[in-house]
Amino acid sequence: MEEAIKIIVETQAGERVELEAPTDMGLSVMEVMKANELEVPAICGGMAICATCHVEVLESGDLPEMNDDEAYMLETLPHATGSSRLSCQLRVTPELDGLVVRLMPEA
Amino acid sequence: MLTTDICIVGAGPVGLFAVFEAGLLKMRCHVIDALPTVGGQLAEIYPKKPIYDIPGFPEVLAGDLVKNLEKQIEPFHPTFTLGERVEHLHKQDDGSFIVETSEGTKVACKVVVIAGGLGSFEPRKPAIEQLEDFEGKGVAYMVKDPEKFRSKRVVLAGGGDSALDWTIFLSGVAEELTLVHRGTTFRGVPESAEKVVSMAEEGHIKLLLKSNVTEVHGNGKLNAVTVLIDNETEHTIEADYFIPLFGLVPKLGPIENWGLELDKGAIKVDTFDYSTNIEGVYAIGDINTYPGKLKLILCGFHEAALMAQSAYNIINPGKKYVLKYTTVNGIQEL
Repeated sequence: MEEAIKIIVETQAGERVELEAPTDMGLSVMEVMKANELEVPAICGGMAICATCHVEVLESGDLPEMNDDEAYMLETLPHATGSSRLSCQLRVTPELDGLVVRLMPEA
Repeated sequence: MLTTDICIVGAGPVGLFAVFEAGLLKMRCHVIDALPTVGGQLAEIYPKKPIYDIPGFPEVLAGDLVKNLEKQIEPFHPTFTLGERVEHLHKQDDGSFIVETSEGTKVACKVVVIAGGLGSFEPRKPAIEQLEDFEGKGVAYMVKDPEKFRSKRVVLAGGGDSALDWTIFLSGVAEELTLVHRGTTFRGVPESAEKVVSMAEEGHIKLLLKSNVTEVHGNGKLNAVTVLIDNETEHTIEADYFIPLFGLVPKLGPIENWGLELDKGAIKVDTFDYSTNIEGVYAIGDINTYPGKLKLILCGFHEAALMAQSAYNIINPGKKYVLKYTTVNGIQEL
């Protein structure tokens, strides 16, 4: 059965956009944002090597653990915060329902 | 000056396969890449990672795919300029081009194919006002010659492996060394992180955690930086050099100024033949964009094949091309 969750994205202009994301397609939050034509360059295509899909998590339930690639990249970003994540590494699952993220300026 | 039929910018998998497709049509290629070796991201970033979506290869390591592509293009004897970044594109009156690199190498060609992938990797710069004014005057983004820092006061910033490695190395070279890191932990190699922490404890270096460099100062040349500690305390450090080491970020680089039509940092192309808005210039692989674009090596290969058919008409005006399958004619060496 197809399920969808809600993800809220705050753009750099401060506008909040509500997105519906299917949980059964193996998408990442970055891919959902791109599919909804939000300004996410994501130039490396989801390999955690460019950080141009960097978001700050404002509200969430349990988030998946960071893998080494994501953690390493965030460690090197000069403007990352304690709640920064790479949206390409956040897989859309039912646990992410209600996630609120802010798009960070391009690295 | 080097002369060729097609100048390919980018020696990644798609650039290499473009040599093959051009070679089948008896067109000569010269390949330029900013990196010192061929293979692009596959060789530089993930040579040991398996790729599963190359037809005919249930699984192939990125590095092995590059080696196979090199072997596949051998019969066409491409020439290479590696370790030089393309800077300028000069269109000639007869419609041909001269491509010029950062080192002044010039390549005369009839067709230019941009297969630049993510672009060239450039240092990620922190958002500090006037930082760029001090580039080359105390601000550097990489350590090329460590001797330059001998007996100098150096401030490094970053929390990755390069920041840790250079802190360890330069501690024995610089007169005074400070590492500024935004976090409280290091994700780099644990041994390096431990060594940096113990060097700080023993007083060989200064380590400022939960800190950011926020300002650079000097008169024509850097002489100090301001560090904000724990988001509240400002601290000024006298410094001859400030080296932010925040990794690399892919950028389009000088190609951005060639007059190509761009969309969010990618080159817009016509999917008929992957030509750009400049006649004779094509863009294939991850660097292009069009409706439905998929950033897959597989798609770049397809784009290379269609590009070559179209380029043939530019290089051989008036000559009719008849598609021949390699199974019929094999590979005819150039």
